[in-house]
Amino acid sequence: MNIVVCVKQVPDTNEVRIDPVKGTLIREGVPSIMNPDDKAGLEAALRIKDKTGAKVSVITMGPLQAEEILREALAMGADDVYLVTDRAFGGADTWATSSTLAGAISKLDYDLIITGRQAIDGDTAQVGPETAEHLDLPNISYAQEIEVDGDEVVVLRQYDDRSHRVRAKLPVLVTALSELNKPRYMTPGGIFDAYREKEVVQWVREDIPVEDENIGLSGSPTRVSKSFPKAVKEPGMKIEEGVEESVQFIVDKLKETYIL
Amino acid sequence: MDFKLKQEHLMAQKLFRDFAVNEVEPIAQEIDENHRFPEETLEKMQKNGFLGIPFAKEFGGQGCDTLTYVLAIEEISKVCATTGVILSAHTSLGAAPINDLGTPEQKEKFLRPLISGEKLGAFGLTEPEAGTDAAGQQTTAKLDGDEYVLNGSKIFITNAGPADTYIVFAMTDKSQGTRGISAFIVEKGTPGFETGHKEMKMGIRGSATRELVFTDCRIPKENLLGREGRGFGIAMGTLDGGRIGIAAQALGIAQGALDKSIAYVKERKQFGRPIANFQNTQFTLATMATEVESARMLVYKAAVAKDTQRRYSYEAAMAKLKASEVASFVTNRAVQLHGGYGYIQDYDVERMMRDAKITEIYEGTSEVMRMVISGTILN
Ligand SMILES: Cc1cc2nc3c(=O)[nH]c(=O)nc-3n(C[C@H](O)[C@H](O)[C@H](O)COP(=O)(O)OP(=O)(O)OC[C@H]3O[C@@H](n4cnc5c(N)ncnc54)[C@H](O)[C@@H]3O)c2cc1C
Ligand SMILES: Cc1cc2nc3c(=O)[nH]c(=O)nc-3n(C[C@H](O)[C@H](O)[C@H](O)COP(=O)(O)OP(=O)(O)OC[C@H]3O[C@@H](n4cnc5c(N)ncnc54)[C@H](O)[C@@H]3O)c2cc1C
Repeated sequence: MNIVVCVKQVPDTNEVRIDPVKGTLIREGVPSIMNPDDKAGLEAALRIKDKTGAKVSVITMGPLQAEEILREALAMGADDVYLVTDRAFGGADTWATSSTLAGAISKLDYDLIITGRQAIDGDTAQVGPETAEHLDLPNISYAQEIEVDGDEVVVLRQYDDRSHRVRAKLPVLVTALSELNKPRYMTPGGIFDAYREKEVVQWVREDIPVEDENIGLSGSPTRVSKSFPKAVKEPGMKIEEGVEESVQFIVDKLKETYIL
Repeated sequence: MDFKLKQEHLMAQKLFRDFAVNEVEPIAQEIDENHRFPEETLEKMQKNGFLGIPFAKEFGGQGCDTLTYVLAIEEISKVCATTGVILSAHTSLGAAPINDLGTPEQKEKFLRPLISGEKLGAFGLTEPEAGTDAAGQQTTAKLDGDEYVLNGSKIFITNAGPADTYIVFAMTDKSQGTRGISAFIVEKGTPGFETGHKEMKMGIRGSATRELVFTDCRIPKENLLGREGRGFGIAMGTLDGGRIGIAAQALGIAQGALDKSIAYVKERKQFGRPIANFQNTQFTLATMATEVESARMLVYKAAVAKDTQRRYSYEAAMAKLKASEVASFVTNRAVQLHGGYGYIQDYDVERMMRDAKITEIYEGTSEVMRMVISGTILN
């Protein structure tokens, strides 16, 4: 059995600060991590590997430094990893990203494709389902549990107020939630092997079977018409006084602003 | 000369840091308070390959190097020196001598389970009457048929109790002095081998420190490690490696206390401003940071020396001497910067200051480190 996992390198939003003037993320000096949903997806694939001996391949599209999360995937136990990288792919929206990923995946053998539900920076949750569409595969989203049963996959799919247990014939694309599991740690020896013995396969434009009109900035139909920061709310003020004083304080404030 | 860690070292450091913060730090305070050996953390370390970091894959090790092992001890000791010493004593004192001197059969039988994460190791050299003067061993081992018969006791042995495999030193021929000492591998559960009660300690309280007692304890002849009469050399060689682990532990404690102090002085306000605004605070932190970094250079250098030089006693002794004294100095200053809060158990630096002291004592006191260093430069 062959599993392909799509992972994206994202800025660690726990460490991201917002530029108070421009309202944009300050990316400089922010450590990059493997997107949490994707890491859970990789862990799910590795658990299937532990049980069935499946082969796990991992793909990312991104700049050269995205190699780091592929080494991490190797150190966790992935079998082989692919970095799809080329200037021609830059500036992709979700359509171009998913077209490119689908092209890359089509070069591999696959029974099960796992992506994250959504990336913590782009946040669209579109790439997984779109990739399934390009590959003409069924798609099960929001997986809380993934199990392989013969030539079928059984997925517990999460909704706001309920869950569905869905069974589908392979091949299928599943999008994973970070709540799916607690991803394993890398092993020290796995890290050494990832750097010293294993290879990150690089695929450039020519390697990917995808039309020019579906990649990169020019292949991205989405146009951002306007980008603006959400008004950042000032932190509130905490008054730790008795009831009388607190009420008086509020009344004074309301008077100050002519509300009363 | 290149002072940068390689990519694999950086990623390993990240792994150890994540593990330390997520698995070790949350219980550090509690295991100290209750003098509780952290079984659950040991299990997690075993599962993740931490017990075999610097050993070749041939017998189930991780195939990394001494520097990676040092990074593990450092990151873990930054948040919990108890967990640091459990790993250090296991790796450097329990497993390393079998790795270095064991026969292929001994490696298969004893080393593989130790470094693949099934068993825990320990090392018994110190005796009530033989501390710094380790040559004064009173424990005896007499060959009787196909077995050695051990009698005597060891004191202050780290990991004793939880450990499964013990490297034990004993006199096989008293008339030969240090040349009459031999090293043995003793398994937990061997009749005639008991561990005593757990010592209550000033620091590294979660670690198990116990007496080993041997009464007509019979072990197979095949458990002799190295040749008869070579035990003292094996002990000293093993301690050279162990000192790098303890130096890394000390470095971690110091860095941990420095980190806590930097955070605290920015929060704590007196005279209407953070105490970080006082020049005394700034200069104290500058001195602490410089001391920690100088210790780090010596510790990493000793780690590299171990993998590239035939002898590294000098580098190991310097690393341990410097790092342990820095740990005591820096944790002491950290408590000072925390004021009264630093003396209260709720604050980590209180524990760190108690933990630091042992690094100046075990695996050779600072006086012994100075003997090793001066011995080298005067010869
Ligand atoms: C400055 C900026 C401007 C942008 N403008 C636009 C825009 O105008 N229109 C638009 O549609 N998008 C825009 N994006 C988003 C960008 O196109 C997306 O980051 C990208 O298409 C992936 O979508 P996502 O991050 O929402 O991923 P999601 O769809 O949330 O990701 C779902 C899953 O798909 C997989 N995946 C996603 N990306 C990759 C990848 N590169 N490699 C491997 N697997 C991957 C992962 O498994 C991931 O968990 C912009 C991003 C930035 C930073
Ligand atoms: C928590 C803990 C864990 C330990 N773990 C282990 C373990 O796992 N395995 C093991 O074998 N041992 C272990 N030990 C023992 C430890 O290594 C010894 O305590 C240490 O070597 C010192 O020996 P001692 O306690 O007998 O002190 P002593 O040798 O009595 O020393 C007392 C003082 O005299 C000084 N001194 C002694 N001789 C000289 C000299 N010639 N010149 C100048 N000064 C001198 C010493 O430096 C010290 O300051 C552990 C000890 C502790 C406390």
